Amino acid sequence: MNISIPGAGQGDADRAGSGGQASYGRIKPEGVDTSHGAILYLDGITVSFDGFKALNELTLDIGVGELRCIIGPNGAGKTTMMDVITGKTRPTAGTAYFGQNIDLTQLNEAQIAHAGIGRKFQRPTVFEDHTVFENLELAMKADKRVRPTLFARLDSAQSDRIAETLALIRLGGEVWRPAGLLSHGQKQWLEIGMLLMQEPQLLLLDEPVAGMTDAETERTGELLNDLRGRHSLVVVEHDMDFVAQIADGGKVTVLHEGSVLAEGTMAQVQADPRVIEVYLGR
Amino acid sequence: MNRTLNATLGAPPAAALPALARRPLFSPRAWLALAAACALLALLPLLNLAFAPGHALHVSSYAVALLGKFMCYALAALALDLVWGYAGILSLGHGLFFALGGYAHGMYLMRAIGRDGVYQSDLPDFMVFLNWKEYPWYWAFTEHFWYAALLVVLVPGVLAFVFGYFAFRSRIKGVYFSIITQALTFAAMLLFFRNDTGFGGNNGFTDFKRILGFPITAPGTRAALYWLTLAALGGFLVLARAVTQSKLGRVLTAVRDAENRVRFLGYEPLGFKLFVWTLSAVMCGVAGALYVPQVGIINPGEMSPENSIEMVIWVATGGRGTLVGPIIGAGAVNGLKTWFTSVFPEFWLYALGLIFVLVTLFLPQGIVGLARRLYARFAEGGR
Repeated sequence: MNISIPGAGQGDADRAGSGGQASYGRIKPEGVDTSHGAILYLDGITVSFDGFKALNELTLDIGVGELRCIIGPNGAGKTTMMDVITGKTRPTAGTAYFGQNIDLTQLNEAQIAHAGIGRKFQRPTVFEDHTVFENLELAMKADKRVRPTLFARLDSAQSDRIAETLALIRLGGEVWRPAGLLSHGQKQWLEIGMLLMQEPQLLLLDEPVAGMTDAETERTGELLNDLRGRHSLVVVEHDMDFVAQIADGGKVTVLHEGSVLAEGTMAQVQADPRVIEVYLGR
Repeated sequence: MNRTLNATLGAPPAAALPALARRPLFSPRAWLALAAACALLALLPLLNLAFAPGHALHVSSYAVALLGKFMCYALAALALDLVWGYAGILSLGHGLFFALGGYAHGMYLMRAIGRDGVYQSDLPDFMVFLNWKEYPWYWAFTEHFWYAALLVVLVPGVLAFVFGYFAFRSRIKGVYFSIITQALTFAAMLLFFRNDTGFGGNNGFTDFKRILGFPITAPGTRAALYWLTLAALGGFLVLARAVTQSKLGRVLTAVRDAENRVRFLGYEPLGFKLFVWTLSAVMCGVAGALYVPQVGIINPGEMSPENSIEMVIWVATGGRGTLVGPIIGAGAVNGLKTWFTSVFPEFWLYALGLIFVLVTLFLPQGIVGLARRLYARFAEGGR
């Protein structure tokens, strides 16, 4: 069956792979070989659309447990890079590896999602008629075929995991509210929580604070800081204050015209004359 | 459900979560109401049998037969609510599954007539009329009740499964899906209207004499059929509730609200839709099978698009996505229809249209939604 919808279709992989709650369903994500300390390698990735190079020899690696911010002006190739990592777009040239051993250019979106890469899109999509609790329950890593789902019963370990995630995304007070009644910011957090319930190794977040109030932006920053170390995170963002808040001495990558323009701490990047010219200085 | 959870639990701290692992199917009060309604309905045929006509407690045979028929409609409405209310799949062709269940049972009833037909042949009258000498192959074994009962489940079930597989796999949704179901039932109606199809053409099946050896028009048989229908309705209501309360039920509503997100979470919507769609078709087939011996006829008119659309109106009137609502809606609309068609027969379709418009405008949640609103207001006022 063709998976034609972007980012859709962890389905097939999960159907094929995730057996019992703790049995072979977990083998694949844990099969990511990160012995060299990196979770993602992109090497010489080029994507050209009718001659226009959206990505031009992009080379980038993300360490295990790292929180990497990626900034760049419009058209720098940020979203195309996410598309390549999640299998939505195939690179014209170059290699993309998840850990040492998983070649992302050979897998479809479903297999990549199942391998342990979660992606959050810009617009929050949660199940509005379901409560916050039910949203997390549905997202939870489990056997997601029809029959096991029909007879699924929540055990206490699973409840604990939901409670844990609730605390992390700070929606403990909203457990029984329908998600449709949450504020925009809360929906974004809930969606991040849903991604976490899937137990991904690498989380890709596309503009997680778009449309948020200042207070919400700050809380999102704290949330991402909480996740630092537990998951590897790639955050694509426009909001420079937010990037400064979460970068926290970590690496920031500046993309420009499809390749890496500069890389370093926020302070180094902000001081780079080329960066100032193409992006920050404007 | 969410509302009751909120009411009973307030906003419990995260530590209270494990208590929710098992939720009761219905609240104790709902169980009580359900049992009371069943007991009351079950009592009516008894009053019909026990008291002579003219006695103050006598319930007319007409009323019992009418309610038996309404309960079949209610079961069909319940089936439709399962797919429309919960999975967001609007079928405008559920009359087809209802009719197929009816025809499957009708084949047995036709053979049970034996040589008591007008032509006193082993074949049904319509086959004699067509000058057929023997039963077509697809009538094989239909003299056995158990086989016909199997067909009642299998024919609508397999058709729904195959049709649903291709439709859902091609990601046909919304109004396109509705139109295709409508076309399907219309095509089937044209097929069944043909005499050569072997199902009695436009007259269908009628003049049944007996079922499992019992005379079909005897008050005792009628009462038994009535109770069977009641049991089926109650049983399927509990089953439907169990399905919608399960995690699978929550996946279905998630598919209804944001199908792509469901895919992204790792569920394949095809299997889930197919499950509920097939279950719904089987329930509808059973409703049709119970309907035929009680009304004494099945003909291709049951497959007409209007019938399927009426089912949608029952569900909408009672309250979509509530399970109990469609049962109430089927009773209310058909009760009104019975009265209306005896007083102003030619205006019924206008009245039906008006009901649909009014419900859509003023009662988007149907009768059940209205009751909930009134109850909430009452509870607030009493505080």
